[in-house]
Amino acid sequence: MSAVADTHGHGPAHDDHGGHGHHGPYGGFMRWVTTTNHKDIGTMYLWFAGSMFFIGGMMALAIRLELFHPGLQFLNPDFYNELVTSHGLIMIFGAIMPAFVGFANWQIPMMIGAPDMAFARLNNWSFWLLPFAATLLILAYFMPGGAPGAGWTLYAPLTVQQGIGMDFTIFAVHILGMSSILGSINIITTILNMRAPGMTLMRMPLFVWTWLITAYLLVAAMPVLAGAVTMTLTDRHFGTTFFNAAGGGDPVLYQHIFWFFGHPEVYIIALPAFGVISQVIPAFSRKPLFGYASMVYATSAIAILSFIVWAHHMYTVGMPVTGQLFFMYATTLIAVPTGVKVFNWVATMWKGSLSFETPMLFAIGFLILFTLGGFTGLVLSLVPIDIQLHDTYYVVAHFHYVMVAGAMFSAFAGIYFWLPKWTGRMYNETLGQWHFWLTLVFFNMIFFVQHFLGMAGMPRRIPDYPLMFETWNQVSSIGAFGFALAQFIFLYNLFTTLSRGQPAAQKQWEGADSIDWTHLPTPAPYHTFETPPVIK
Amino acid sequence: MTLNANQRLFGKLAFVALAMFGFGYALVPFYYQICAAWGVNSLGQLPDAAVNTQVDAGRRVTIEFDSNAHGLPWRFKPLVNHLEVHPGQVTTVEYEVHNERAVPVTAQAVPSFGPASAGEYFRKIECFCFTQQTLAPGETRRLPVVFVVDPKLPHDVNTIAISYTFFEVAGRGGKG
Repeated sequence: MSAVADTHGHGPAHDDHGGHGHHGPYGGFMRWVTTTNHKDIGTMYLWFAGSMFFIGGMMALAIRLELFHPGLQFLNPDFYNELVTSHGLIMIFGAIMPAFVGFANWQIPMMIGAPDMAFARLNNWSFWLLPFAATLLILAYFMPGGAPGAGWTLYAPLTVQQGIGMDFTIFAVHILGMSSILGSINIITTILNMRAPGMTLMRMPLFVWTWLITAYLLVAAMPVLAGAVTMTLTDRHFGTTFFNAAGGGDPVLYQHIFWFFGHPEVYIIALPAFGVISQVIPAFSRKPLFGYASMVYATSAIAILSFIVWAHHMYTVGMPVTGQLFFMYATTLIAVPTGVKVFNWVATMWKGSLSFETPMLFAIGFLILFTLGGFTGLVLSLVPIDIQLHDTYYVVAHFHYVMVAGAMFSAFAGIYFWLPKWTGRMYNETLGQWHFWLTLVFFNMIFFVQHFLGMAGMPRRIPDYPLMFETWNQVSSIGAFGFALAQFIFLYNLFTTLSRGQPAAQKQWEGADSIDWTHLPTPAPYHTFETPPVIK
Repeated sequence: MTLNANQRLFGKLAFVALAMFGFGYALVPFYYQICAAWGVNSLGQLPDAAVNTQVDAGRRVTIEFDSNAHGLPWRFKPLVNHLEVHPGQVTTVEYEVHNERAVPVTAQAVPSFGPASAGEYFRKIECFCFTQQTLAPGETRRLPVVFVVDPKLPHDVNTIAISYTFFEVAGRGGKG
């Protein structure tokens, strides 16, 4: 057993908590504070992501409530902008990213036959940075001037001018970035150095591959965001003028630096989602993944291209036509490797023996809706159309199709797929299917109609709108509340599974073939692969 | 042994992360170089040379003047709101600014153009926006702008709006 995996739990409380042998972690709360076990940390990431998902969701509901009627009913415009900002930051950095890091923690060691993550203590610290960052984000609301109302992109010049809540947010972004970078270094090291004998790179499950590439993206992109917010901070307090127009700075420069991070960030969210889908679809098609090698290459191609397309988020800043053309062509090029992936998923299902349990339903929902989101992305990549649709609800609809129906559907697919292995208990299939269908219907009710609003010219980030937009906004708002209710089915299902779910089989899903299903009992023991398995 | 390999990889990846933090800063000069190479950022603060251009008397361009004081207790307005000039003709206009605060204030004016693409044809030979302005309490000052509209201005542009915004230079406390 490697030295790093054995460092946990030599505390005073040898109480056999967690059902494992000769030495035990601390009991109760201290178990979670001090744990270095990848499964414990994965669990904490997922609970954290779940809580943030509900907090960010509440903010979305407040936004939709205000938009139910034109005019201002419930929120003043400043507070509305603060909610829009926090909703974005919390959902991206608090919910989606930690959810997939949670999957990575649980699954990567079990999928490559490693006993734990490479840096187990660092792993603990990467997680425990998050609650502090989230606290700073929320505390900003109680500062004079409130939370920043600059949108999740934190554009200058607004960020140079706002109150102390902005500084809280900047430090929160620093801490979140540090957490992600350390987590990514850990993931890369684990994957490259700790694979079981015979687990060559090209034999790794695709989920592990997508995380390897994502982790590289994080190491390369997150520091650039840290730089951008650091420049904002020094502009605010230390007299630099990177973005501060008064001293000759240029707010457009911020947009370039931000989106140099921001577009890879889109794939940091999407690639692990692709990874989960690439595990789920073959399992329920009872066929190996079609085009495994091309999936690896397509994922890499997407990652590399993601660094040269950033300015398609800012076609309207007044860049030369040459620049617009370059970013337009580079962006449309990304549709090629993405198309390869979608083709491969469909081809995996082709002539497969399909069954439609909840994880598969979410995966198919992902496949259809993510592709729709990809198509609207393709529409937005075209300069002449984008100039028309820039900053309208069409953009809002587009990125919610890839963030919610993409990343979040994939996260639900992953939770339903792996929950039996993690807990040893089977969720209630009927409730799972209700959760899926209601989520699917209400998701489209919220966001499909926003395409119409955007094409009709409704701008984003504004709490009021002309009367002619009212009908679709009402449909969207009703959808939002339905969507929220559907998530309580998930919560209920989750809690009843944890407390009294039926026992799950070792290989709960007939077609699942990665070594966590074939080599490990269910529930997965606290320590797994202390002796590396030999992969044939 | 494994531990050492892990630590070495940690070191390399941490170096990449630090280098990318530096890369974010490297984007700053890179951005200004690109802007200069493509001639896009027409808000540059340097005065244009007084080039000897032919006055295109057969063409008139309307110049509109606008002024804003961003969060400053300054009254700031152009003495003429708009005028017509011939391309190539050197013209002087004046703005008037008054500090209403009881303390000295330093501020910087930043121009912007509508249409933005007209900026590069609006050549400022002399402008109060080239330097920071410090006004004593209650001081009123007239600020000149000497400009030439480049005769190469595209023919579909008949009106150029120039808008100056004064931003307070924080922390200077009027010390200039």
